[in-house]
Amino acid sequence: MISDKEIQYIANLAELYLSEDEKKRMSAELSQILEHVEKIKELDIRDVKPTSHAVETENVFRDDEPIKPLDREEIISNAPLIEADSFKVPPII
Amino acid sequence: MNYEPVIGLEIHVELLTRTKMFCGCPTMFGAEPNTLVCPVCLALPGTLPVINRSAVEFALIVGLALNCNVGGFTQFHRKNYFYPDLPKGYQISQYDYPLARKGYLDLEGDSSRRIGITRVHLEEDTAKLLHPGDTGRITEAEYSLVDFNRAGIPLMEIVSEPDIHSTEDARLFMVSLRDLLRYLGVSDCNLEEGSMRCDANISIRKKGESAFGVKTEIKNINSFKYLQQGLEYEIKRQIGALDHGDKLVQETRHFDSRTGRTSSLRSKEYAHDYRYFPEPDLVPMNIREEYIQELKSRISELPQQRIVRYQRDYGLSKDQAELLTSNPALCKFFEESSAICTDYRSVYNWIFSEVSAFLNEKSILIDESKITPRNLAELITLINQGKISGKIAKEIATEIFKSGESPVDIIESRGLTQISDESDIKQIIDEVISENPKAAQDFRSGKTSALAFLVGQVMKKSRGRANPDIVNSMLQQSLKEQ
Amino acid sequence: MRFYELTALQLLDLYKKREAKPSEVIESIFERIYEDDRGLKCYLTLTPERALADAKILDLKLKNSDEFGVLFGIPTAVKDLISTRGIRTTCASKILENYVPVFDATVVKKLVESDFLMVGKTNMDEFAMGSSNENSAYGPVKNPWDITRVPGGSSGGSAAAVAAGHATVALGSDTGGSIRQPASFCGIVGLKPTYGFVSRYGLVAFASSLDQIGPMTRTVEDCALLLSVISGHDLLDSTSIKRESVDYLGSLRRDVKGIKVGVPKELSGEGIDGQVLAVFRAALARMEKIGVKVEETSLPNIKYALPAYYLIAPAEASSNLARYDGVKYGFRDDGASGIREMYRRTRAKGFGREVKRRIMLGTYALSAGYYDAYYGQAQKVRTLIIKDFSDAFSRYDLLVSPTSPSTAFKLGEKVDDPLNMYLSDICTIPVNLAGLPAISLPCGQSDGLPVGFQIIGPHFSEERILNAAYALERELGLNWTVK
Repeated sequence: MISDKEIQYIANLAELYLSEDEKKRMSAELSQILEHVEKIKELDIRDVKPTSHAVETENVFRDDEPIKPLDREEIISNAPLIEADSFKVPPII
Repeated sequence: MNYEPVIGLEIHVELLTRTKMFCGCPTMFGAEPNTLVCPVCLALPGTLPVINRSAVEFALIVGLALNCNVGGFTQFHRKNYFYPDLPKGYQISQYDYPLARKGYLDLEGDSSRRIGITRVHLEEDTAKLLHPGDTGRITEAEYSLVDFNRAGIPLMEIVSEPDIHSTEDARLFMVSLRDLLRYLGVSDCNLEEGSMRCDANISIRKKGESAFGVKTEIKNINSFKYLQQGLEYEIKRQIGALDHGDKLVQETRHFDSRTGRTSSLRSKEYAHDYRYFPEPDLVPMNIREEYIQELKSRISELPQQRIVRYQRDYGLSKDQAELLTSNPALCKFFEESSAICTDYRSVYNWIFSEVSAFLNEKSILIDESKITPRNLAELITLINQGKISGKIAKEIATEIFKSGESPVDIIESRGLTQISDESDIKQIIDEVISENPKAAQDFRSGKTSALAFLVGQVMKKSRGRANPDIVNSMLQQSLKEQ
Repeated sequence: MRFYELTALQLLDLYKKREAKPSEVIESIFERIYEDDRGLKCYLTLTPERALADAKILDLKLKNSDEFGVLFGIPTAVKDLISTRGIRTTCASKILENYVPVFDATVVKKLVESDFLMVGKTNMDEFAMGSSNENSAYGPVKNPWDITRVPGGSSGGSAAAVAAGHATVALGSDTGGSIRQPASFCGIVGLKPTYGFVSRYGLVAFASSLDQIGPMTRTVEDCALLLSVISGHDLLDSTSIKRESVDYLGSLRRDVKGIKVGVPKELSGEGIDGQVLAVFRAALARMEKIGVKVEETSLPNIKYALPAYYLIAPAEASSNLARYDGVKYGFRDDGASGIREMYRRTRAKGFGREVKRRIMLGTYALSAGYYDAYYGQAQKVRTLIIKDFSDAFSRYDLLVSPTSPSTAFKLGEKVDDPLNMYLSDICTIPVNLAGLPAISLPCGQSDGLPVGFQIIGPHFSEERILNAAYALERELGLNWTVK
């Protein structure tokens, strides 16, 4: 039910490299799961409001007061690659 | 030409809050790379955003100032895409429930030149990317460097309806928006520095048609001049293409300020499937009516209204009113001074001559100086009452500005009061005439220039305090009598 | 004395009487871990130096004062999904193999303030995605009741540690049942608090609108104790709720006579293993014996809960896991010539199969053209589920069900059948969708394996839930020892 083209499109969106085998397996597994999950399409709930937050709260804010930022050593402590105190990444073509 | 351009603008503005949009990192400009970063804006695992109240307030104020619908339910959404300047792999932004919608801005206060505002919303800024290499351009770099100081700074996005039909109006719209935002104090709106950014959408259609043509988005516009240039180039390009029978393609183009032209950006294939969904880490906002009323009262007078009021109540010209309005701190000073001394014209003139010169020389703002509205008012009143001469006033002005002392005190302590008493002046005149018989004789024989010399001598003897007009007329009389 | 066999309250009592010292207790725990040769692999990182150093400080405190934190000297295991400053936090993934947080999660700060002792970071399903702890990049956890079986997931390491005496108490996290189901499989107590009751700041996000941290303990009393420490409003978590504090321990012993309990027929019939059902019903009968009114009821839309969950949770996860891109921290594939290639290879190598599967599913559910039918529809189903529960709670104080349709299954049994694996969460998932609190406590055995009893309450009814659980625990008198 999910085409190979769609699998590739989704993998691109999610920035995941999948081998041909993985794509095939993923396609089969996702199709199986979707078949089960599609059950919800049976429901005519056009007029039902969607819930994004199960426990209703609103208007939570923070005052515009500065805090002390991290030390630079802490900020870059887990960085895979650093140059000139910045995070270095391969070319963005 | 029988084509009409249809232009819509999308403006992003960095807000002047003290901290970032979703965390408490300070928003200082020009800090060393990666020093204004915390776990939240670095997107460390497990961190969560919390909304900056001031940012919301600024956006609401702007929405109200742009006559938008503001209030009720509004929420943040996630906009999902991958890019190294986007630490979370999504940007927290707004989608179908922005803070403000459906407003307008009238160009030059003219409601027949109304530009619709589709929406005003909040989002967070991305990190800064540096592309080391000879040109600093992304396509020629071997690697890039990421500085997260800017990541998370509050960004306000303002989208106009495609109601703009000339490049000059586009420029005017931007300038008006910039002035309004500066007036409201929400941003310093500096296109060159990047605290204000503009993307333009432009299409063309035959005059009289209502359907829209194919639109192009132009990016990389960082001055008002380039905005006009870029739009003008696009108009020519699009008209050229249509006249030639070519099909136009909806695309994003990059403006090159060196050549004045736009060029097609390689399309990001899946760039537009952002998979928006409501931000689960933030709860929605419900902007209440009482709060809106309170905000409305804070922005009760907008620039256009103030310009009108200055002309009407203070007799300023339109240009003078516009100049004054563009500087809120000077407005306050002007109004306070004018409440004491009703010679509004003089108050205005002093502010824009001596006062401004003084402030510029010291590189300070009026709020930082010792000049008080009262002192200026007193000074002008003293001149108008003839208690000191205009010349002396200018001389002691600097001292008044520097020290904050009242003019009355300075004049008295230095004995600079203008002498207007005729018998005092007569005495000096008599002395001068007797000391300068030749000049007196020259005047009597018709040399009018001798009068100026003698007036000068009287002024010198009185150390500049004698009222020059009275000196002039009395001297002439005395000379004639003798 | 085998301190590792005692509950937190028993240890606190010994400390008060000065009959034990924190350093002795913590040493007992570590000895137990080192001597246990069954290869349970409850932990990914052990922190003996820190624990011993902290214990020595507590020893002195014990000697010189009477002021103890609520969790004084209690050996606690922390799920490796929770950020601990200076201590590796891997989320059982290769992508964070060497990631060391520079901050503590809010719950960890609270634990520190309460004088706890950290034993280490527990093994789990990668990024909390799983129901068996077989999705860890560092090897599965074994169930101490039967080491050929799974401990449940995703908080399998925490559950097994508490059950096996490798920790006195533990913290787990629950998104679709990840505290309750392993608690059920390992014969211990596990509570998922009301959404927003425990701060999520520092909890590595899986599904933001469903995740909650909660206690995993041997007894209901210990559970109440730990909940009182970790709960509370947090300014760093916008979804955290302000509530008045409640004395959970104090209200445990209240009489339960007259409490009305509903048994949703959809969760106690078809789809549940026959023997599990029998043990569950026997426990229900005991509840009635102590005065609780038990009645069958219905949650008509509950069959849509699992499908909705398997759209909402992966969708949120696909977005939450986008930050693992090799740029700022974690694993990065070095061989890439451009940024996109770097992203794809990093994430392909760094994430396990289940994680990739859910990212794909979630991305699909949110993608253009599919949002309305999938994610959008699922959010509406969520509204229906919430209403079903709220209707039920207008008639009943609490709802009950078996925690899981089965007892602990065999290692490897469901690993290649994702859908089947997902079905083991049918009793627990609806609770997360509605943000409700729920507990699982042991209620008996089936073929020598523990069966869990789930008690669900309306928002912020932890007091009532713990009260009922305590009463049932006492009535059943199971008193299991360390396995």
